[in-house]
Amino acid sequence: MAERVAIVGVGQTYHRSRRPDVNQVELMNEAVRAALDDAQLTLRDIDAVVMGNMELFEGNYLVDMWASDGIGSYLKPGMKITTGGTTGATVSCAAFNHAASGLFDVVLAVAFEKQDEGDTTAGLNSVSDPLWRRWIATGAMGAFARVGRDYIRRTGCKEEHAAMLRVKADKGACRNPYAHLKLNLTIEDVMNSRMLMWPMRLLHMCPTSVGAAALVVASEKRAKQITKKPVWVKDWVTVHEESATTWSMVRPGETSLEKASRLIYQRNGITKPAEEIDVAEIYEPSIWGELAWYEQYHFCEPGEGWRWAEKGVTDMEGEFPVNPSGGVVATNPIGATAMIRIVEAALQVRGDAGEHQVSRPVRTAFTTAWGGSNWTVATLLTKSL
Amino acid sequence: MRQEPFVVPGKLVVPYRYFVGRLASKALIALRDDKKVMGVRCPTCNLTYMPPRSTCGRCFSKLEELVEVGDKGTVLTYTVVYHKEPVHPMEPPFVYGLIKLDGADTALPHFIGEVEPEKVSIGMKVQAVFKDKREGNILDIKYFKPQ
Repeated sequence: MAERVAIVGVGQTYHRSRRPDVNQVELMNEAVRAALDDAQLTLRDIDAVVMGNMELFEGNYLVDMWASDGIGSYLKPGMKITTGGTTGATVSCAAFNHAASGLFDVVLAVAFEKQDEGDTTAGLNSVSDPLWRRWIATGAMGAFARVGRDYIRRTGCKEEHAAMLRVKADKGACRNPYAHLKLNLTIEDVMNSRMLMWPMRLLHMCPTSVGAAALVVASEKRAKQITKKPVWVKDWVTVHEESATTWSMVRPGETSLEKASRLIYQRNGITKPAEEIDVAEIYEPSIWGELAWYEQYHFCEPGEGWRWAEKGVTDMEGEFPVNPSGGVVATNPIGATAMIRIVEAALQVRGDAGEHQVSRPVRTAFTTAWGGSNWTVATLLTKSL
Repeated sequence: MRQEPFVVPGKLVVPYRYFVGRLASKALIALRDDKKVMGVRCPTCNLTYMPPRSTCGRCFSKLEELVEVGDKGTVLTYTVVYHKEPVHPMEPPFVYGLIKLDGADTALPHFIGEVEPEKVSIGMKVQAVFKDKREGNILDIKYFKPQ
């Protein structure tokens, strides 16, 4: 790649169930202004704008058709991107690519979802294979109920372990001013919440959130001029797998999660991820995803994830903190969610996460996004080049 | 023997609503309750936008100043629709055009009525005809007619 790139500004809205006070464009505008303020830049400094959300979740397509005033893309180059749950990460990667190509010095990325306006499950159903899968209509809950069921069978994990990680997530969310659900949960609260699809309980699943996030990305030279604390985007990768055959159920090791993280580690000389990475912000729309996927990301040995939950390894103060922000299970404005992972990881690298800054000093952060028919985006952020 | 392709029919139903937002809410209420057509002014660029929006795309200022742009304007361009489509709001032939309201610097797409299609012209002065029962959307203006 021609240019090294850094994140020089981050922004997000306060995430809520409903935002009747703003329209979609105004919601994005809040995040864009926050990111520009954080970078201490104005729109004049921005060379290109990349934006995204999930098509159809608000009942519309191509929001960029009428959002250019609010996102700052008027008469600027850029593009709209939609890739399901990974949208926010793919939008971020597109911004990294824009800057890394050498064609643009400073690029703005913005992503959002306003789930108080549409029918997410109706929208989600439209992305399934129209012949073989659309009729089942289980959405994300069905997918993660399967993940949980399979994990319990394979590893001897108990429901308590899911509850432990859910309480951990809530502790982070309660310290994160932007998080959506802040519930002061106990293990019992989680264990007693309503059963949705066995073994999935209400509190195992993310909320439907409204929110937006934005990043300002710059080439190396401009990044050093803009900020004293650039967060270097060391690497990023997207891996797809095939949904139609649900390979990951039949061949548990063969997932896009595993491949994407392995590629990042290999390319960056990381042999012991949990030791060499200081914090991870991973995409877990259900707490069963977090529990089952530690091993997919090679954080721990297969089947060890629930033991980590018992030991508190991934707590904010733990040896290997995961999702100190409270994660997706506390806040899920779909199109923005994967970008929030990168925003939060960047704050951790800068040491600017405030009350949810992890105890371990952060030089390297790892983020993931997962979505649609099982594809994964992973990024590696670092404090120094 | 020729075989027909095997087809599985389907239909997506995607309900939605749209929160109108900070400034457009006020503008649509003024349209519904008082038959007033409102835009928003950017003092930095000295431009008035209709429809109103919360941010000036040119200078990125946050906009606050709602101003009445009036119900009269000029046809910037137009076309006559002769073919029929299910999404069309009325039977062809009908005319739609871009109308610059006198107090605005932008063009509003809308219908042109009470005139033979062949008599419409670019530069024609038009004025809004309001519905009797208004609901708070842009079709509270039925169409624009020649002044």
